[in-house]
Parts: sequence; C-alpha cells; structure tokens
Amino acid sequence: MSRIAGVFDELQRSGRKALIPYIVAGDPDPAGTVPLLHKLVASGADVIEVGVPFSDPMAEGPVIQKGHERALANGMTLKKVLSTVAEFRQQDAKTPIVMMGYTNPIERFGYDAFADACVGAGVDGLITVDLPPEEVDAIDTALQAVGLDNIFLISPTTPESRIKTIVGRARGFVYCVAVKGVTGSGQLDTTEVAESVALIRDKTTLPIAVGFGIKDAESACAVAAAADAVVVGSALIDKMNQEAALGNTSQIQLHSAAVKLLRSIRAGVDSSPS
Amino acid sequence: MSALSDLEKLYMDLRDDPAFQKEFDLDLAHYVGRPSPLYEAARLSDAIGGGRIFLKREDLNHTGAHKVNNTIGQALLAKRMGKKRVIAETGAGQHGVASATVAARLGLECCVFMGEEDIRRQALNVYRMKLLGAKVVSVTSGSRTLKDAMNEAMRDWVTNIDDTFYIIGTVAGPHPYPMLVRDFQSVIGREARAQCLVQNGKLPDALVACVGGGSNAIGLFHPFLGDADVAMYGVEAGGKGLETGAHAAPLSAGTPGVLHGNRTYLMQDEDGQILETHSVSAGLDYPGVGPEHSWLKDIGRVQYVAANDDEALSAFHRLTKVEGIMPALETAHALAHAEKLAAGMTPEQHIVVNLSGRGDKDILTVASIDGIEV
Repeated sequence: MSRIAGVFDELQRSGRKALIPYIVAGDPDPAGTVPLLHKLVASGADVIEVGVPFSDPMAEGPVIQKGHERALANGMTLKKVLSTVAEFRQQDAKTPIVMMGYTNPIERFGYDAFADACVGAGVDGLITVDLPPEEVDAIDTALQAVGLDNIFLISPTTPESRIKTIVGRARGFVYCVAVKGVTGSGQLDTTEVAESVALIRDKTTLPIAVGFGIKDAESACAVAAAADAVVVGSALIDKMNQEAALGNTSQIQLHSAAVKLLRSIRAGVDSSPS
Repeated sequence: MSALSDLEKLYMDLRDDPAFQKEFDLDLAHYVGRPSPLYEAARLSDAIGGGRIFLKREDLNHTGAHKVNNTIGQALLAKRMGKKRVIAETGAGQHGVASATVAARLGLECCVFMGEEDIRRQALNVYRMKLLGAKVVSVTSGSRTLKDAMNEAMRDWVTNIDDTFYIIGTVAGPHPYPMLVRDFQSVIGREARAQCLVQNGKLPDALVACVGGGSNAIGLFHPFLGDADVAMYGVEAGGKGLETGAHAAPLSAGTPGVLHGNRTYLMQDEDGQILETHSVSAGLDYPGVGPEHSWLKDIGRVQYVAANDDEALSAFHRLTKVEGIMPALETAHALAHAEKLAAGMTPEQHIVVNLSGRGDKDILTVASIDGIEV
C-alpha cells in the first residue's frame, strides 16, 4: 500500500478527515522550508502539498503567485525542491508528500528522470496543474513505473462524462476544486461543494480532497462534512504575509503564524459532524 | 477544459456553415473595410535595388491592424454562445483595441488585461480602449508584459466562465484557439494570393511577416503553404541581438516546451522557467509562439529569422520617409528582413510583406528613442 493510501486508510478507520496544507518550496526562505514542513506535521497535517515554483503559475491567485515569485527569486529550482523533500524525509518517513506544479519544468527535467528522482527523494504523488488527462500518457507511464500516484483536479465545470475519464486515471486521491476560479479565490458555497463531491463519489472509491477557497476553521469544518480531505494553501501563505507586513519577519514568527492557523483549521476539520 | 471542448464543438459546426461565413465576410467587408490593398512600394524597392516589394495593407483595416479580422470572428462566436462579457490579453494594445471595438459594436462588456510595462509604453492605445468602453486591467505579476497578461486573462476566464468569452489575440493558447485564429486571419493570405495573380500575373517569390505569437504571419502564409515555389520568412524580434539573450525570438534561439496550453518553442532556462523577453515592440514581446509555426519550422517549410531593435527602427524610418506609410514597430521587423531579402533579388522577383499594422501607436516610443520630446 502506498504512503498516501496508508494514511487515508488509517484515518478512515479512526473516523477522521485528512488535513492537507500547501506551501511553496523555497517561500519565503529556502532554508525555512524543511523546518516548516515538520511544524505543519506537528500541527495536524496528514499529507503535505509542496508547490513547485513556476514563472507562469496560471491557476494560482495573487497570494500563491507571489509565493512562486519569491521562491524563484530565492533561486529555487525543481532539483532543489526534490532535495528539500529528501531532507524532510530523513526525519519523517510517514507523512506523504505530493508535489504540485506545472508541466514545463518537469518536462524539461525529463519524465523518467523526474519519476526516479521523486522516488529517490521520497515524493509520493504529483499534481500537474496544466496537464489534462488527454495529454498525460507519457508522464503517467513514467510515474506508474515507479509507483507514484498521479492526482487530478476536477473543477465545478467538469462534465460527468469527463469526471469518469479522470477518476479512471487517478491514483492516490482525487482533488475536487471547490470554486470556479484560481487558488484562494471566491466565496465557498458548501452546498455546491457537497454536490460536486457526491457526483465524484458516485464514480470512484478513491478518497476525495477539496481545495481552493478554504480559509478558516469554519469553512474547513463545512467542507470536511462532505470530503475526505481538506486542502488549505493561500490562507496559510497569506497569514505569513500578514505577519511579515507587521514587521515580524523572522522564520520563527512566520512559521508560528502559519502553525496557529493550521491548528485552528485542524480543530475545524475534527469538529465536522460527519 | 470543458469550455475549450464546447468552443471547439461550436466552431467545428460553424466552420463550414455558409450562413456563418457570410456573416463573417459581410463584417469584414463593411466594418473592417476589406479587401485590404496589395500596394507596390516602388520607391522603397528602388531605394534598396533588387526585388520588387509589395505591401499587404492590413494597416488600413478599421482599428489599424490585422487583429480585427480575428476579433470579428471570435465576437461572432461569443454572440452565438450568448456570452455577455468578453476578455482579452494585449501587448501593444492592438488586439485590446480590436476587442474593445467589437465589444462596443455588439454591446458586450469588455475587460482587457495588459502588462504594467506595456501600459506605460502604449499609453495611446490604453486610452483608446477606455474611450471604447473597455476596462483595462494593469497586470503586475511576473515580467508585466504579454505573457503575464495572458496568465491573468486565463485566471479571469476560469473564474467567470459562465458569462465570459475569452478572445485570444494570437495563434497560441490551448486548442482550438490556434486553429480558429489562423482560420480567421487566413483572409489575409487568400486575398494576397488572388491579388498577386490579378495584379502581377504570378505568385510572389517570397512572403515576409513578423512573428510574435504569429497571427499575422500564419494568416498570410497559410493559403500559400501548398505553393512550393513561394518562400516564406517569419521575422522574430531580435531585440538587442540574439547573442545578448535580450530578445523575443523563441524559434530562432529557443527550445520546445509547454506554456499556455500548447507545446511550442519557448524562451526558457535549464529549469524550464520561462524567461523574460526584450523587444522595442510590445506586440512581439512574448516568450512563446503559435504551435503551428513551430511545426512549420520543424518541417522546414518556413524560415524563421530575427531582426534587431535597431534594424526595425531603421526600417520604420525608411518606409515612413520614402512611401509615406508609417508601419507599426512590430511590422518594421518584417520590413527590415524584406529589405535584406530584396537586395539579393532581381527586379523580376516579388516579395509580399504583411504590413500588419500602422505605427501611430509607436510615435512616442520612437520619439523617445530618438531623444525627441513630443
């Protein structure tokens, strides 16, 4: 059983939902990324999504865009993201790491070389935001050969026939996008989210994570009622930005702000009625 | 993705629909002012010596560039889909103006995304768009130019997908855009081909067009692709020189990759990050290029070359002085290469240059480079 499947299996048996924080590797400071990953785990993260910075992050809202820009300005590269994960793995053999990024840097790295490097670093799954299932064969062959999970996004505009195609190719979990729009945007309509999750649930036994637009304990609690996992990204990064704007720019201050928010979201997820 | 599939399906149904084609042709005739003339630039040819240069006068279209051919076509699609809002990205502002224009005509809400840097250097076009009733959004992410405007337009589109149609201005972006923009722009080449036969009794020996995303070039080239004796040259922005890295010439100096939903030649670093570009012309300042151009390069059908900022500026001044036609700085890149080409030809040989846009919008840029305060 893969690390991702193992975590979801264990949570399901204990009647709990997963919490998946997202951060951009190298933001705001490359040296702080590994310590932050460990703190996120200590504060309730079950899986972590590590954003691979890209010059043109089309699916991201302004908060995560700036994170990508800062990370690139800090000299972050795909290779360095992989070594960051490898360093994290030295202390944590249990928490699954999902890399989330865009096609071009991975293609440039080479699909087979990338898949091997992921295994070497201890990465468990991959979300390639701008690669639709029609174009996924080449990379998926490489990922499957080494047992990595390929995770797809399903948006509120994805028709049912397409959901079937996507879940047929998905491994690990399915990522249900909660709002029409980019990361960190929009007003979350929890009734619509529940309907989207039900539509996907009907077609797959894979766990369903919901992300985009979850900002606090309350929205996390509402989403966790329908989903198997709650993803939170922009809110965490925004929290660190706010802290930095107050002049509290040390690594400890920034991480404490993020961790405080994650703990409250964890409580929100755990208080969910389901 | 499903919005793209819907658009593809609608377009494939309409593509061969005579009623749709008739509506498009009527708009091109009565609103755009087509056909655009094929004009022999005799004094320019004489000044250079060698081959005869003909200009396909897209600068005479309504709004002053080839861009409007495509926005008319896409606006018809938006109307059929019942969308009440259109969005567009723009570099030099020509596509933004052409989009704002068709939106005004159809009573559609219009929002144009433009890089902060381009807003600065194309102030006249920004004001034109505002006069036409469009909202111009300043894009401050990334390199603050065309590619970032396109990112921002994509973000807006996925957010407002229910009521919004995205009018992409070039032959890049995800399928079906490169195909439908090519089809709408191919009127340029169809007219030019017929005009050459009528006016000169033969096809030209060479076609020349500037290439940013590549819509005016593909529009001119496409109807000639089957004519093996017609050579074709796509001219990219060489900026300060290919060897300096400060250019916008992915076909001349880039490598294949994936950006904005298509696989094509890109300007990128070893890590697959997209590089910032440089060109004196905002409309060519794009690190990618339409995927069909990449294919035409790979099969060797079209030769892609670059003209530097300085060469383009010289060509701008020369055409203005000897023909009384002020070309856009984008277009001036094509002229710069056409001059080189003509110099090596005989008077029996003909070159057609796509005069893709007029240069009024660039007057302040040129003045500032020449050290003149207007």
